[in-house]
Order: sequence, then C-alpha cells, then structure tokens
Amino acid sequence: MGDTVIHIDIHKQIHTADGEIDLSVKTDIPSGELVALFGPSGAGKTTLLRILSGLTVPDQGKIECGGRVWFDSGRKINVPPQQRNIGYMFQDYALFPNMTVLENILFAQRAKDVKAADDLLSVFGLNEFRMRKPGKLSGGQKQRVALARALACEPQLLLLDEPLSSVDAQMRMALQDEISRVHRHLETTILMVSHDLEEVFRLASLVIQIENGIIKKSGVPELVFSDVQVGGKVQIAGRIVRIDRQEPANIVTVTSANNQIIEVVASDRDLDALNLGDQVMVFTKAFNPVISKLC
Amino acid sequence: MLPPTEENNHNMDIQFIETLILTFKLAFCTTAILILLGLPVAYWLTYSRTKIKPVIEALVSMPMVLPPSVIGYYMLTVYSPQNWFGACLSDVFDVRLAFTFNGVLIASVIFSLPFMVQPLHNGFRSLPASLREASFTLGKSKITTFFKVLLPNIRSSVITAIALTFAHTIGEFGVVLMVGGNMPGETRVASIAIYDEVQALNFDAANRYALILFIVSLILLTTIYSVNKTNEPWEIR
Repeated sequence: MGDTVIHIDIHKQIHTADGEIDLSVKTDIPSGELVALFGPSGAGKTTLLRILSGLTVPDQGKIECGGRVWFDSGRKINVPPQQRNIGYMFQDYALFPNMTVLENILFAQRAKDVKAADDLLSVFGLNEFRMRKPGKLSGGQKQRVALARALACEPQLLLLDEPLSSVDAQMRMALQDEISRVHRHLETTILMVSHDLEEVFRLASLVIQIENGIIKKSGVPELVFSDVQVGGKVQIAGRIVRIDRQEPANIVTVTSANNQIIEVVASDRDLDALNLGDQVMVFTKAFNPVISKLC
Repeated sequence: MLPPTEENNHNMDIQFIETLILTFKLAFCTTAILILLGLPVAYWLTYSRTKIKPVIEALVSMPMVLPPSVIGYYMLTVYSPQNWFGACLSDVFDVRLAFTFNGVLIASVIFSLPFMVQPLHNGFRSLPASLREASFTLGKSKITTFFKVLLPNIRSSVITAIALTFAHTIGEFGVVLMVGGNMPGETRVASIAIYDEVQALNFDAANRYALILFIVSLILLTTIYSVNKTNEPWEIR
C-alpha cells in the first residue's frame, strides 16, 4: 500500500477573517492513517481539505494520490472532484433535503445497491430513520448520515471537516468510536479537521498542526502536543471550564472527553498562561510525596 | 357598436372564446419557452464567476424597468424588413414577425424573462454551495447534480417563476399592442380586447374579459403564496 501515499505541495492565497494568508503546505500522508488537521480557525484547514477534494483550486503546486496526479499547476492538470474517488463530509453535512436518508446513501453509491445501503445504515444505527428526510433528523443523526454517505462510495480518501463539532459529549464519544471502527475496518486514509484536542488524541494516528497557513508541526499526537516531555503515568486531555482564584490555592476545573471533571491546583504563575476554554493536558509528573505517620 | 341580434351575439361569443384561447396560448408558449431558457440562465448567473455577470444580470432585468413601449419599439425595429435581421428573415426564411403571433411570442419571451429568471436565481442562491459540492465529490456530473439535487430543492421557486411568468404574460398590454397590433385571432389578446371594447363603449364584453383575467391572476398568485407557505424552508441544520 506504499504507493497510495498522498504527496501535497501547494500554495494558495486565502482570505480569512484576519486578512490574507498564504496557505503553503508540503507534506506526505501515508496511506491508511487517520490524520488530524489541528489548528485555530482561519488557519487554512478547511481550505486544505477543499484543495484535496478538488473543490478549491490552489494557486500553484502539485498533488499526487496513489501515483496519480490530481493537480499540477506546471502541467495544467486539475482532476475534477468527480474523478478523485474521495468521500467528503461537510461541516454543514450537506445532506440533500429532497431525499430520504436511504436515498441520500443510494445517491452516493456508484452502483445502486439497497442491501449495501441498509448494511451501512445499520452500522450507523440509522435503520429506523431510513425513510426520513434530513429536515426531520437531529444534529447527531444528520452527522451520522453524512458520515455514512461519505463512505457509501467506498472512497480511497475520506475527508472530514469537523465531523463531530455539533453533537453532545456522549454522542461525540460514540461517533468517535464509529470513525475509529470505520478506519480500522476499511483501511481508508482519513483526513479530519478538528479543533478538539481530546478528539485528536482519541482518534488520530498522526497530527498536522497548521497555524497561519503553514505546518507548524506534524507527527504522532503525543510528540506534537507535548512541548514539555511528559514523563508521568497519567495524561488526560481536556478543556478548562472554570478558574477559581482564591486563597490559599487557585483551582482550575477541567472537563475531559468522557466528561470527567478534574480539579487541579495551580499557582498564580500557571494561571497567567491559562484561560477559560483552553485545551490543556492534565498529567502527573511524579507521584506526589505523601506524609503518613510512622508508628 | 353592433345591434344585439342573435347572430351578432353568436359572433361575439366566438370572438370572445378566440381571444381567450389566444391569450392563454401566448401565456402558455411564453412560459414553456422561458422555463427552458430561464433555468440555464439562472444557473449560469448563480454559479458563473465571470466579470461580465453584472452586465448580463442588468440586461435580464431591463424589461422590469423599461416601459413596454420601449421594448415594443425595439422589437418592431428589429422585425422590420428594412433592418438586416428582418430582411434576412423575410428573404431567406420567408418569415414575417411584425404583427404576427410568433412576433408577439418572441417579444413576450423577452419581456417576461426577468419574471422567470429572478425567482429561479433566488432559488439557486438560497441553496448552500455545499449541496452542489457534495454531489460533485460523490462523483456526480453537473447535469445529474442539476436535475437530482438542485432542481428538486428549489421546487417552490420553480412554481413561483412559472406562475409569475404566466400571470405576467396574461397581463401584458404594451408590448403586444406595439408588436402585434390588434388583429383578431392572431394578436388580439384579452388585455387589448378590454381596451378595444371600452373604446367601443361595449362595457359588457370588457367586463367579461376583465373578470376572467382578474380571477385567473388571483388563482395564480394564491397558488404562489400557498406554495411558499407550505414548503418549509428546506434548512439542513
């Protein structure tokens, strides 16, 4: 499968809320990996997915997937999205409102196969909604349909744009498992945009961290995200939900992916770098010294 | 004014029916041509990125702001055999357009173009770009995407466009009068007949035409508003 590596080397001037930035990405994505694109909004993550799908044309550069040239500005090659054999899950799901859930799946298949569609729907727990139109589904159900539809054409590359952004924590966990299972089962290469550190840690085998249009770091999540070499035994990624500045100690409350609430004591100096909503890692560096009375 | 004998009444009835049939034939043909023409134009206006788009948009919308007599005047000029186009039509194809049904039909298509294109254009614009893009990523061509994804999701816009165009063509007066004149069975439509009957102080006949136009327009507009009400906005989220 070594030949299905995706080579990306592209430049594109993009307009963001913070002005123009030059998206300049050069990287190789090994086949079969689940790669997370991580970074702040406006960094160019969605644009990169769109460029890979062929929906956005780069200003210059080259994209090759599995030995096939998808884009080459020098040779004026630009394979249209229809011929790239990809699955794309949009941030707004883009389910077709005129079709039922089943019809959405059937539309995506290359050859209509109701049985395969039904199998796919039952994998995603959507069987009871198969005759419903997207307008009558909840956010989580729509996301599952969108994911199922992106998979229905058996793509060699699956592009997920913040697939789990608008579901509650419990549903997010279930869908993360789903994506993970799909990945293991189909051995598809998956590129997933995520803002969510917990999600990246749970799912991704590789992370590409993008900031201001350039790759800041890439590699396995543990390496990308640990500026400090963490030597502890316990690591939990989470988000700060409360900071209590009080005497004698400041308390920072962090929620983890599975909704555990962790309270951590922090010094005033630690708090300077921490804000509400920050993604953080809670870890123990060593066992805390414990005093117990010797008899 | 003719004396109200039985024979005259009979003739008037025939003329009345003839005029109504012509009116609806014109409206039907105009609408049919315009739906075929309007869909590609509206699609192009929505998704094209060329710089001349505002010019095309303006040209399409011109009939909404121009007096019908201006359009009628230009059409007559174009149809005239003294003009190269009109001359070519009459010499090569032996076709005369001024004061004929076909001439009125062409003028009416041009005049009603914005009433077809604008609702369709708004319909396409109201769809999120991701619907079309999703279909592309699923390997579907532009044609398949158009018929299977875009068109079904702007159904209410299509109905609005058809009803508006139909109603507007039925109500058209100025262009038809300029281009077609008032020839019974050829270019005399109901709106002109009303004017004609009133000039002749024939108020009964004018009233019959007026009532029919009033009712048809009311039904069409009611259709538009009820369709737009029952069709929920097709939001995805």
